[in-house]
Amino acid sequence: MPMRAEDIEAMIVAAIPDARVEIRDLAGDGDHYAARVVSESFAGMNRVRQHQAVYAALKGKMGGELHALQLETAIPSGDHK
Amino acid sequence: MSDAKERIDALVKSNDVVLFMKGTALFPQCGFSSRAVAILDHLGSKYETVDVLQDQEIRQGIKEYSDWPTIPQLYVKGEFVGGSDIMMEMFESGELQQLVDAKAA
Repeated sequence: MPMRAEDIEAMIVAAIPDARVEIRDLAGDGDHYAARVVSESFAGMNRVRQHQAVYAALKGKMGGELHALQLETAIPSGDHK
Repeated sequence: MSDAKERIDALVKSNDVVLFMKGTALFPQCGFSSRAVAILDHLGSKYETVDVLQDQEIRQGIKEYSDWPTIPQLYVKGEFVGGSDIMMEMFESGELQQLVDAKAA
């Protein structure tokens, strides 16, 4: 069951209120997304913890309803890109 | 610990570099697993793979073991490194090569 990009963004922001979220629909099929999530709350977390925080925000949909979400996380004015 | 957890624990601790993936290194069954294998091949170090499609207990168990909802998952010397996105980021920055080389020494 595909998810809409707006719903993914809303779930992330609900759990991480300061998050800036950019979502791209990679295949145009509503099932393969890439997301970049930028939040101050990631400071002091390693990449695994940052991704886990986003997965937690998605409340179990990742790996189920949401098959493919390429994820990139960062801290504002952070250490890359 | 459940049987699956014990088996995962043994795999993670007995292999310096182990990738839990869908399919095999030669025939990956998912684009993300395929990408992970390509990265490991580039690094040029020896690695083991575990095909989770052959074992439902491992397939579910590894998600709980790592607290990570997706496959593939990479472990280096007993430590969870991440999925294919983190592998790619770390590969591009050179961190993954360093990690694997340090562990192999």
